[in-house]
Amino acid sequence: MPKVDPTKHILVPKHSKLSEAEQKKLFDKHNINFNDLPIILASDPAITHLKLVKGDVVKIDRDSPTAGKSEYFRGVQ
Amino acid sequence: MVESLVKEYTGKLPVKLLGELKDKLTAQKINKTRAKKIFETTLQEYLDAQVAPGEAVGIIAAESIGEPGTQMTLNTFHFAGVSEMNVTTGLPRIIEVFDGRKNIATPMMDVYLKAPYNKGKDIRKLALLIKQSTLQDIIKEVNTDLMNGKIEVEILSAKLDDHGLAQAQLKKILEKGLKGVNVKIDGSLITLAPSSKESNLNDLYKLKEKLKKIHMSGLKGVTHVLPVKRDEEFVIMTAGSKLKEVLELEFVDETRTVSNDIYEIAENLGIEAARTAVMNEVFKVINAQGLTIDERHIVLVADMMCVTGGIKGITRYGIVSEKASVLARASFETPIKHLISAALTGEEDYLNSVVENVMINQPIPTGTGMPKLSTK
Repeated sequence: MPKVDPTKHILVPKHSKLSEAEQKKLFDKHNINFNDLPIILASDPAITHLKLVKGDVVKIDRDSPTAGKSEYFRGVQ
Repeated sequence: MVESLVKEYTGKLPVKLLGELKDKLTAQKINKTRAKKIFETTLQEYLDAQVAPGEAVGIIAAESIGEPGTQMTLNTFHFAGVSEMNVTTGLPRIIEVFDGRKNIATPMMDVYLKAPYNKGKDIRKLALLIKQSTLQDIIKEVNTDLMNGKIEVEILSAKLDDHGLAQAQLKKILEKGLKGVNVKIDGSLITLAPSSKESNLNDLYKLKEKLKKIHMSGLKGVTHVLPVKRDEEFVIMTAGSKLKEVLELEFVDETRTVSNDIYEIAENLGIEAARTAVMNEVFKVINAQGLTIDERHIVLVADMMCVTGGIKGITRYGIVSEKASVLARASFETPIKHLISAALTGEEDYLNSVVENVMINQPIPTGTGMPKLSTK
């Protein structure tokens, strides 16, 4: 049976890992810390290929019906 | 010239607005200063249109969804062509989605197919491969031979082929499904005899009933399949949802096939896909009812439901249970339960949010109540 790749599905937006510097920039910009971020589980099928651990931040490039494109961030738990 | 302006305003204005400006301005052939002025005005308007910090967006979303909700009908409509199968739509469906129910009333899938098959090649056969089928679907006749204590089943060979099964496979399935029974296949005739000597008539009748319900092929739980033509290609609509198993099938387009079961999507495609699915499901109902609700309200609710990495419905077990304040939780449903458990565990309430401050008659921290005086 072929292995299904969830990242290719139309419902799944692009997930990418934020570097340390980008994380700091994000936190400083909004004056927040890691625990204020929405959560994504490390076992989430859309990020298993990124091999993330707890404490990483995922950037999600969503298609927005109003703005065209929008960015969203989730902390890996 | 417009391109350089677009570059300058990237990051300040959303992509969609920039695209619109670019299209309109290049067609108009405007000089640079006027174009610049237009961009400036657009940015100003955009900033003015943004929601102010401290605005009670949740209440606005609740009212904006709730009011059209009063006009929704409660009807269900029939699954095209199959009368015994209803599809939940309207208000019940909205409630189902927002509550984050695990067992929805009518699970369905839209199965898209890969290249040669989506033009209608073997469409009926593929549909049958997905549909759950039992032995009953392919038999012509069942005879009980009381004298010799056996059951003879006559099968329709053509139907067996339709399900993509060979006789040897059928034998294996039957032997696995019926323990302690000798299976013999001769052409289109299956002979079944209990292997133990002291079997009586009662056992034989039980066997006969059990026999019909043996699962042969397809996905368990998919009770109906219906190939339909949608925009130049064939799609198989199903009643019953098994997203994981369907995506693994060879002829299925695993990039477009969707279910209407939000939990299945979250499990197999992740939380972001589930969020999109919540939005899509709600929009589907709203559009079918001919109502208009701004996308932003639905987006807010969908975001809220998916903020913890799993799906949380708008119920006392879902997102309301996540609230930090005891009083806020108690104000929603089952107040006594919350207050007692809070008292037993010695919970504290810092009165940081809206409901608890309304209760004790203090200014609420939204809008103009949000800023506080601080000294440094």
